[in-house]
Amino acid sequence: MSAGGRRILNGVNLAIRPGEVHVLMGPNGAGKSTLANAVMGDPRYTVDEGRIFFEDEDITGEKTDARARRGMFLSFQAPEEIAGISVENFLRAAKAAYTGQEVKLLPFRKELRAKMDELEMDPSYAARYLNVGFSGGEKKKNEILQMAVLNPKLAILDETDSGLDIDAVKTISESLDRYKNGANAMLIITHITRILQKLPVDYVHIMAEGRIVKTSDASLIETVSRDGFAAVL
Amino acid sequence: MEKQKTKIDDIDRARFDFRDADQSGYKTGKGLTAGIVTEISKMKNEPAWMLEHRLRSLEVYDRTPMPAWGPPLDELSMDEIVTYVRPDTGLKSDWNEVPAYIKSTFERLGIPKAERESLAGVGAQYDSEVVYHNIRQELLNQGVIYTDMETAVREHEDTVRELFMKLVPPEDHKFVALHGAVWSGGSFVYVPEGVRLEIPLQSYFRLNAPGAGQFEHTLIVVEKGARVHFIEGCSAPKYNVLNLHAGCVELYVREGATLRYSTIENWSKNMMNLNTKRALVEKNGTIEWISGTFGSHTTMLYPSSILKGEGARSTFTGITFAGRGQHLDTGARVVHLAPNTSSTISSRSISKDGGIAVYRSAVSISPDAAGAKSSAVCESLMLDGESRSDTIPVMDIRTDQADIGHEARIGRISDDAVFYLMTRGLSEEEAKAMIVRGFVEPVAKELPLEYAVEMNRLISLEMEGTIG
Repeated sequence: MSAGGRRILNGVNLAIRPGEVHVLMGPNGAGKSTLANAVMGDPRYTVDEGRIFFEDEDITGEKTDARARRGMFLSFQAPEEIAGISVENFLRAAKAAYTGQEVKLLPFRKELRAKMDELEMDPSYAARYLNVGFSGGEKKKNEILQMAVLNPKLAILDETDSGLDIDAVKTISESLDRYKNGANAMLIITHITRILQKLPVDYVHIMAEGRIVKTSDASLIETVSRDGFAAVL
Repeated sequence: MEKQKTKIDDIDRARFDFRDADQSGYKTGKGLTAGIVTEISKMKNEPAWMLEHRLRSLEVYDRTPMPAWGPPLDELSMDEIVTYVRPDTGLKSDWNEVPAYIKSTFERLGIPKAERESLAGVGAQYDSEVVYHNIRQELLNQGVIYTDMETAVREHEDTVRELFMKLVPPEDHKFVALHGAVWSGGSFVYVPEGVRLEIPLQSYFRLNAPGAGQFEHTLIVVEKGARVHFIEGCSAPKYNVLNLHAGCVELYVREGATLRYSTIENWSKNMMNLNTKRALVEKNGTIEWISGTFGSHTTMLYPSSILKGEGARSTFTGITFAGRGQHLDTGARVVHLAPNTSSTISSRSISKDGGIAVYRSAVSISPDAAGAKSSAVCESLMLDGESRSDTIPVMDIRTDQADIGHEARIGRISDDAVFYLMTRGLSEEEAKAMIVRGFVEPVAKELPLEYAVEMNRLISLEMEGTIG
């Protein structure tokens, strides 16, 4: 995979099955965010070789919104700020697009309010412009709020836990726990592993220089936390 | 993966773009002469001073050169413009008496329905003359006057004579001189001291005749402590010949009074819209301009506020949408003449398909305006590489005790923002439309609800995708 003619991912082989929790770790610049964005069809990246499949269908050439509607979701590391569109109006339009069904105002408002409560978000945020003037932590909570409302089959979380205080990490990890079931899968990109405390991790992948160099079970997290990436690379 | 090309279509004008057969009762010949001007005045049975005013304005027009700045106006030939077209009806205050073809025009534009539901009074002008004017009885009882300008000249002659084209004299520029010579129609509003209107008055201007000019004059006086919201709407069907609109709006906001003046202008693309609007604001008075410019071939429009009394305020909120073939030169002007006066200018423009949107502002602060505050924010969004957007702010500050701010941003729709929205299932078209709607939201939320809906509809973004 390349961007502007430069090769940035090289030989990534990753299979995530329904209900599984995968963790992706690696030093800065290893290509973790690139992988996450590319899986969602970020137009900045070109797939030179290889394929991306979702539920056995080849989606390599598919546009981002079509992938999303299949049930794929990315929680961004630095979500965009969109002025003039309230969180509520945006999420209602997104849910309608995601599900292909009309989303009625009042029941939706109720659902949104309940999900915001779970995330300990101030209800006034529903009327605020999408991410505009939100703190880093508020933006991350807003990403998880979107995940909770859209209920995707595969959630990719790109450093959702970085820059959060301890309470916010706890709230978000509880939310991930509620989301987790036998069908929903997760790919969690993280440096710090506190967000994983409540989650049963099935696989841990270590990425370096654009490729996945090691895959193991949850015990790898502890090794990396203790000895750093040098110990596993 | 091939990137989709996105095309955002022109505003859908289908709702406005119907024309009636020419059924005018009388019209002048093309062009402009003292004979034509005298004829117009005679038709209207005007007092002598008004005819003198017209003839003096014509002299000013003849000796004043075309503006040396702004968009090109050379396509405009006055010899081709019919200055006066009178529909074959008198002024009515009952819709049932308005001729069927005119009534059906305004019904298609939704005016009678709006009057029933949400307005305190309505005026409707068809070509050169106002055909309908009505105001709720309880406002009449409070002494509110809302009538067409011709009636005002007859029935409120002293007030009109004292104020008419005193704020905007014919010497100001060529097109206001033209206006002074051939003005016809428009509204006169008088709100007595302390009277506060909770629901708006609205005048609607429709130009049906091809190759004609519309020169309506609006004069509003809001007395001490009074309050009113005035809305004007304009539209015309499209013809292959140029039409000209050179209206003039004079607003007198007395001590502690508040006037909100909202305009949604959606002229067809053969219209030269050269309009002049000015407000004089006295002590602690407030003028609020809301201005939406969507239509016309060429527009020059800069509502001005003269803050004459201490503590006077002006706010300007404007949105301009320039599509193919349009050159829209809009903005605002504020003159701070007294201490502690304040002004804000908030302007948004969108240009697409080679459209040109120019923001032009002039803020001047006189030596007497210590403690004045002024802030201007203008943002432009260009939807493609062939469109143009310019920002021309001018500031003239003659006191060091003033607080002045100016911010300008010109941008394009961010690919990252589109990608973000698309990861939530929205199509590229929906994502872009959402960003554009968000961009105009600060203006939309200032509009009465039905106008906000109308504006969102106007910015109906239609897409042509070529699947890669």
